[in-house]
Amino acid sequence: MLKLKNVVKTFNPGTVNERTALDNVSLEVKKGDFISIIGANGAGKSTLFGAIGGSFFTDSGVIVLDGEDITLRPEHLRSRDIGRLFQDPRLGTAPNMTIEENLALAAGRGGWFSTLSKRDRDFFREKLSVLGMGLEDRLQHPVGLLSGGQRQALTLMMATINPPKLLLLDEHTAALDPATAEKVLEITRSTVEENGLTCLMITHNMLSALELGNRTLMMSAGKIIFDTEGEARDKLEVSDLLDLFREKVGRSLDNDRMILN
Amino acid sequence: MNPVLSIAQTALELGLISSLTVLALFLSYSMLGVCDLSTDGCFALGAAVGAVVAISGHPYLSIIAAMAAGVLSGFVVAFLQTKMGINSLLAGIIVNTGLYSVIIGIMGGASLLNMNKTETIFTIMRALLDKTPLAPYYKTVVAAIFVALVIAFLAFFLRTRLGLAIRATGDNPDMVRSSSINPAFTTIVGLCISNSFTALSGALLAQSQKSVTADIGSGMVTIALASLLIGGIFAFRGKVTRRALGAVLGAIIFRLVYAVALRFNMPAFMLKLVSSVIVVIAISAPYLRQRLPDFRRRLMHKRGGEDA
Repeated sequence: MLKLKNVVKTFNPGTVNERTALDNVSLEVKKGDFISIIGANGAGKSTLFGAIGGSFFTDSGVIVLDGEDITLRPEHLRSRDIGRLFQDPRLGTAPNMTIEENLALAAGRGGWFSTLSKRDRDFFREKLSVLGMGLEDRLQHPVGLLSGGQRQALTLMMATINPPKLLLLDEHTAALDPATAEKVLEITRSTVEENGLTCLMITHNMLSALELGNRTLMMSAGKIIFDTEGEARDKLEVSDLLDLFREKVGRSLDNDRMILN
Repeated sequence: MNPVLSIAQTALELGLISSLTVLALFLSYSMLGVCDLSTDGCFALGAAVGAVVAISGHPYLSIIAAMAAGVLSGFVVAFLQTKMGINSLLAGIIVNTGLYSVIIGIMGGASLLNMNKTETIFTIMRALLDKTPLAPYYKTVVAAIFVALVIAFLAFFLRTRLGLAIRATGDNPDMVRSSSINPAFTTIVGLCISNSFTALSGALLAQSQKSVTADIGSGMVTIALASLLIGGIFAFRGKVTRRALGAVLGAIIFRLVYAVALRFNMPAFMLKLVSSVIVVIAISAPYLRQRLPDFRRRLMHKRGGEDA
């Protein structure tokens, strides 16, 4: 489904701030995989998503999505196949536009000159009611008035309203309070399941890294240092992950937002 | 005619004509989030092209040609800022400067053209309304028709997918990109459309006053911005159509206040200073209001109202 081969990205090359954020990363993702990614600050997790999503071009290496070489495809064209959520709930929505206008743009139905129909609105209302946040009655409200959790749930819905081939979740619940984070995570789980999405999720929560999905990657210094799935992964505990990190990197895993239990 | 009524009518007519530029800024400044400083030049470009085509005997074509010239000018501004890495303010200023030569060139090297005997849409409308009760208001009628057309267009357009994408570009370009739309494309389309309105506005002003000078657009961007911000007082939030109508109302009020000030012997050359001051107040007032508690706190502290 997704294949990365020897992908390299160096920021600020040739300066004192030179930093190799992706160091010859190769990765193969199967269709329907739900992969959690953990690692310390600056390990290259977000850079990996940036490379796949097209925020920048990589220095070398090949990225193939569903048989198509997307290495040099611009970001706005990749977003047809790749949905993306960030930690900041404000990034995915236009605050001064209404919920239905945001959804209309994300759905992208019809030509350039098509307008919202009653059918579209009914469809949005039905989809929103599944979130259980009361957004279905607020189609005409500006998105800027929503809470962080509501905005993130809406962004998730926008990213998946046309099921993408790949969903990239970059700590998308980290800025939410624990109860809301749990709820958004639950919506994420059900959305991914229902649509059979292939999904990569960066998380700072060690427990959900092991609980969610079928495979876990650990990154450090621009490399994937540990990759586990199946039975071996089922047996892992959070403490095992921490031990593994210490063993591979030679220091304990520190991440300023790390949640261990 | 009653002098008060005559002042009101002139203000209405000028307000309606310049409201087309205000609507252009409504699209570029309020929706797309780009402060288009090529407005002055584009206004004059529309005036010059409209005049030259009208003088050559094509009154209807003159309007279309002026708008097409505006589209072209808008395209250059948008191209410079989206594809050439030039800051959007700078792109506007550069095009504005360059347009001055283009305008003089279009006017055949002259900096003034007269249309005293030229057939324009205004003279056509005057002939059409001859001997009807609307006869004295023929200029206002022409301007009102164009404003109505532009408003109707915007009311529809800003609800379409393309219109939504343009609005989102000013709001959150990342979100536009993740909707598989290139923000460079929406910026180009938005500026092409907005500049066609600016050029239309210029063409109408030139034809209504039967002359065009190369500096006919000077200061238009500030005047239009002042009008837009005045209009925002009446319809800052709410539906897009309401806000567009507010922009037109703002343009008319601006002209009305200006006309009244002239009656009270304010010299005509004050127009631009007044519009600059209005823009400064309208933009800085919300900021200063927000800072007010800090100022108060500082004052109290200085007076020794607090123990050290």
